[in-house]
Amino acid sequence: MKTAGIDIGSITAKAAVLEDGVILGTRVGFTGYNAGMAGRKVFEELTGELGLEASSIAWIVSTGYGRNSVEFAHKSMTEIICHGAGAHFLDPQVRTVVDVGGQDSKALILDESGKVTDFVMNDKCAAGTGRFLEVMARALEVNLDDFGEISLRSENPAKISSICTVFAESEVISLISRGEQRENIIAGIHDSVASRVYAMAQRLAVKAPIMMTGGVARNIGVVRALEKRFGSPIEVTGHAQVNGAIGAAVLACSLR
Amino acid sequence: MPQTGAEKKRKFRSAKRMREIMTEYYIEAKTADQTGKKVAWITSGGPVEPLIAMDVIPVYPENYGAMIGASHMGSDLCAKAEALGYSTDLCSYARADIACALEDGGPIGGLPKPDMLVCCNNICGTVMKWYEIQARLFDVPLFIFDTPFCHVDFAGEARRYVRTQIDEYIGFLEGVCGKKFDIDRSREVGRLSLKGQRLWQEVLDAAAHRPSPMTAFDAFFFLALIVTLRGTTKVVDFYTELLEEMKERVSQGISAVENERYRLLWDNLPVWYRLKWLSDTFAAHGACLVADTYTTAWCGSMKYIDENNFIDSMAEAYTRIYLNIGVDEMAKTIFEMIDKYEVDGLVMHSNRSCKPYSFGQYDIMRMVQEKKGIPCMMLESHMVDERSFSESQALTRIDAFMEVISQRGPRAGIAR
Repeated sequence: MKTAGIDIGSITAKAAVLEDGVILGTRVGFTGYNAGMAGRKVFEELTGELGLEASSIAWIVSTGYGRNSVEFAHKSMTEIICHGAGAHFLDPQVRTVVDVGGQDSKALILDESGKVTDFVMNDKCAAGTGRFLEVMARALEVNLDDFGEISLRSENPAKISSICTVFAESEVISLISRGEQRENIIAGIHDSVASRVYAMAQRLAVKAPIMMTGGVARNIGVVRALEKRFGSPIEVTGHAQVNGAIGAAVLACSLR
Repeated sequence: MPQTGAEKKRKFRSAKRMREIMTEYYIEAKTADQTGKKVAWITSGGPVEPLIAMDVIPVYPENYGAMIGASHMGSDLCAKAEALGYSTDLCSYARADIACALEDGGPIGGLPKPDMLVCCNNICGTVMKWYEIQARLFDVPLFIFDTPFCHVDFAGEARRYVRTQIDEYIGFLEGVCGKKFDIDRSREVGRLSLKGQRLWQEVLDAAAHRPSPMTAFDAFFFLALIVTLRGTTKVVDFYTELLEEMKERVSQGISAVENERYRLLWDNLPVWYRLKWLSDTFAAHGACLVADTYTTAWCGSMKYIDENNFIDSMAEAYTRIYLNIGVDEMAKTIFEMIDKYEVDGLVMHSNRSCKPYSFGQYDIMRMVQEKKGIPCMMLESHMVDERSFSESQALTRIDAFMEVISQRGPRAGIAR
């Protein structure tokens, strides 16, 4: 049986198709202004790429902020449950998931069956999210995809003390004008995100192994900074960004 | 859309009577200058019985704050107070009330001007400065009833200290009203107050029934009378009727939420401008918020009241209210409620406006998870200022919380 998961985030839309416990394919597109259309588009592109008829997908679950705009989904579920299911599917040993997406960050605790037993989400603030990194990348005129590698070269990370994205941006600008090296500033930014996410996760009874998911997991600098905070290695799979969509497709299997 | 029979049944007939009483009450208060009655503004947790005994009309800026929130006037009034220089971090009841007092704005054309102010700090410290500001503005006397924080016990010195203030309070009232305090009348008021509180507790207790005949959202509505008019026969009569209606609902099997599957406990003040949205959102998951710590606070310290000696015993009852006790004591109250109402989860409203209520919530949450093993969620919001509410975030949190609860299934060990 084939199932699909559609994850409409604030910045990107993701799709995943599964067949009998195997990932057939995944795809990422931009959400843009029409979440419903973005969901259809990423789904059609993926099925097209896989040479599948849309009708061959038995069950579809949507998730993410735009979950209720995906009209062709059979059910919508929150990204909390989907990230939990995705992480458990990719590695059943995982007990804590840290998901950092475009506009929110969250941490969740899984039991041995992959059920979420507790979770926490960021407050109404962009600090510790992908949006924070985007703003900083723009201020530094660096491609966000290069952020991770650049920050690893830093020997002396700068200190970004403000937790407010807007104020942190002005801190970054003053660091730039003081001639601080770019890698140090970026490493400082990653520390700032990590400290915010770590503090939030500490409200839960965090258990290893920890997996990081969401688009920001692609940034090795943030992952390393978080590992330092947690004092434990953090697992990142190649599917980190589409983990929510994979989880949705996993959960879709139980709809039959 | 026409109402279905079941929806009609779910409506409370007492709601109409309640609105009538509140309207009469506000008309009486607004026309006090014509009838020669005195008006006192008083904090929500303040000792109101001596006012009733002196025939003074008590008016509650906090009740008014709730009204402001529910009528979606909060953000605007808060912004006006901010323009006057008050911080956005200040309590939104205080901000809205201060703005209203200066502008005669707000619902019902503003509150009637006070002849005196009675401020009891058993609910927070903000009220002291708030009432001082209003005392200066209206140029009226202010009585501050100072209740020391009760971490665990109500010790000897504290007891004497608070008891002394009751005499000072009575002296203050005699001075402002120009008449003697009638001790016999005060005994009667005390008796009615306790009776009202008992009835209110019984009304809330009805929610222990499965399915619950009421939700916390109903309690938020029906609360107004026990807050504003306790110590009067009106309150006793009204809650007698309401309790009757609860019993009828229970016997007829009328549930507040259609197909109640999950029962939840709410902590902190309501989000006044989102009552319906929250109620519908939870109900869509088959979840009924059966009880809350907030409305329970107006009958939570009855156990300290001596029916035959109200004036003396109210020192303890007013000091040991929910917001004036330590976190461990608050947690105990929550544990008891979890058991009593057999809830599947705890919803905590981290209310940016109310620090004493929100402080310690994460600790309490941890204790609840450890001791009671039920899922808990935190909803970051604000009781009156809508600018601090984010619908999509709130919805994701509630949906995810309900998914966690439904994965566990209804509370184990309880037959359905």
